[in-house]
Amino acid sequence: MLTLYGQELGSRMLLGTSRYPSPAILADAVRQAGTEVVTVSLRRETAGGRQGGAFFELIRELGVRVLPNTAGCYTVSEAVLTAKMAREVFGTNWIKLEVIGHHDTLQPDVFGLVEAARILAGEGFEVFPYTTDDLVVAERLVDAGCKVLMPWCAPIGSAMGPQNIAALRSMRAHFPDVPLIVDAGIGRPSHATTVMELGYDAVLLNTAVAGAGNPALMAAAFAKAIDAGRAAFEAGMLEPRDMAVPSTPIIGKAVFS
Amino acid sequence: MTVLIKGAGVAGLAAAFELSRRGIAVEVLDAAETVGTGASSYAGGMIAPYCEREAADEAVLTLGLSAADWWEEAAPGEVFRRGTLVIAAGRDSGELDRFAARTGGYEWVGGNTIGELEPDLAGRFDRALFFPEEAHLDPRKAMAGLYAALIERGVRFHLGSTDLPSDTSFSAVVECTGAAAIATTRGLRGVRGEMLFLETSEISLSRPVRLLHPRHPLYIVPRDNHRFMVGATMIETDDDGPITARSVMEFLNAAYAVHPAFGEARVVEMGVGVRPAFADNLPRVLDRDDGFAIAGMYRHGFLLAPAMARQLAEKLCGADRPPFSPNSSFRQGATQ
Repeated sequence: MLTLYGQELGSRMLLGTSRYPSPAILADAVRQAGTEVVTVSLRRETAGGRQGGAFFELIRELGVRVLPNTAGCYTVSEAVLTAKMAREVFGTNWIKLEVIGHHDTLQPDVFGLVEAARILAGEGFEVFPYTTDDLVVAERLVDAGCKVLMPWCAPIGSAMGPQNIAALRSMRAHFPDVPLIVDAGIGRPSHATTVMELGYDAVLLNTAVAGAGNPALMAAAFAKAIDAGRAAFEAGMLEPRDMAVPSTPIIGKAVFS
Repeated sequence: MTVLIKGAGVAGLAAAFELSRRGIAVEVLDAAETVGTGASSYAGGMIAPYCEREAADEAVLTLGLSAADWWEEAAPGEVFRRGTLVIAAGRDSGELDRFAARTGGYEWVGGNTIGELEPDLAGRFDRALFFPEEAHLDPRKAMAGLYAALIERGVRFHLGSTDLPSDTSFSAVVECTGAAAIATTRGLRGVRGEMLFLETSEISLSRPVRLLHPRHPLYIVPRDNHRFMVGATMIETDDDGPITARSVMEFLNAAYAVHPAFGEARVVEMGVGVRPAFADNLPRVLDRDDGFAIAGMYRHGFLLAPAMARQLAEKLCGADRPPFSPNSSFRQGATQ
């Protein structure tokens, strides 16, 4: 069972709600994946500060927990303001914190991220920071009050899959008790399985599902891949060896005669 | 029998055309002083069923395939059948493969063909998707042409008015009120679209050009008089306030990527429209107590209004029956 800020969740797949062909297909994907947490970008969906109306109603009707995010925020103050708006709109202290440092790659501004996390944690938010795989930044985020970390495994939307396995391993080893969610960069189910095998607690996806030819079917595929990776991690995997090792004893076999 | 159509946008005028060609007397009511003042006037006017399939249901393709023919008949001379060119910046080249995987009806073309199709884009892009069957029109001109054709057919217009004409009794009312129906129609939501017009004589394009980008896809549709319509955002809100600085920035940035000459273009108009949409983003002909409604055109007004108008006409007339007898009321007609 995955526990995030005291909430027990059966599914280890978190799903973003942007850029689906239609809200109906989004709803189908959420159902097929059995996901229990969806992220919602407050910013673009609320031009003029209005409350997103019908689309947010559709999100609420999904009956799953909403993790609002501060997508598209470039400064600490923007992110903090957006988080406060999100708390009002969705009635939750959860916030996925994004402070974008680079317009083109959407790489997080880790300095602003730490500062915004400290401010928000101080105001009672339960912060899910979208960060890089940098250990020192991760430590600062934990110091700032984050009880969950969400490192990327590749640039957002790139679909490249894990680019730095060593860094992901190292982060897992350094934070054995902090739930770690890979957020961004996953392109296909095998990528999700790979990071789950490393012992990551969950995966957050959006483009890989929304941009698929059949988003609902892809959501189902990811759900299975994430479960498989988790089960493999819990079961304990063999480490690779340099030499072949037969699975049946060879004593008494013809090879010795 | 006389049918009242509420709303003189693309759905209302298409419905008026389909009904009047079946011999039904039609009157059109709209609070605006002219036709096509809502989201219709900010439409791209791309008749692009293949490209739209990228993120739309198969029904958008099948219902939209005959739209160019329909517009050619309804507004002769307004349809340009020159296809669509889909391009991407070199580093986003993978987006072209993704787009190709989601669509059909295209040819892969290389740099030379791109230069032949659009000489001003020569040398700027190495490969592209060309959708030769697609078409485009200028929504404002097409609406004006359709309006003139309807007047000629004897359709009566009550523009600038919200009162029902009192001298006629109507056997059915057809509501085609676009975004105004969001408040009263269950399941309908607003999707904001923003666009702008650029004017420059430094470049010319013959056909709509779509620039793929992982976050800011954009299309440029050429209009008369060196104008280019650049659009359009898709934002989940019914806010119809002015365009945001961010959207303008994204549009201009992307247009500049298509051709630097757009950097010197004049921004001559900006617009915002709210497109009504159901959860599956497909339009419908709805039954109403006093008739029907065409609702949820989403971003497919010019592409799917002909199909919706035809569905409406079939419902009103019955597929195999002649139109209502002149004296029968709407309800009697429907249950004959």
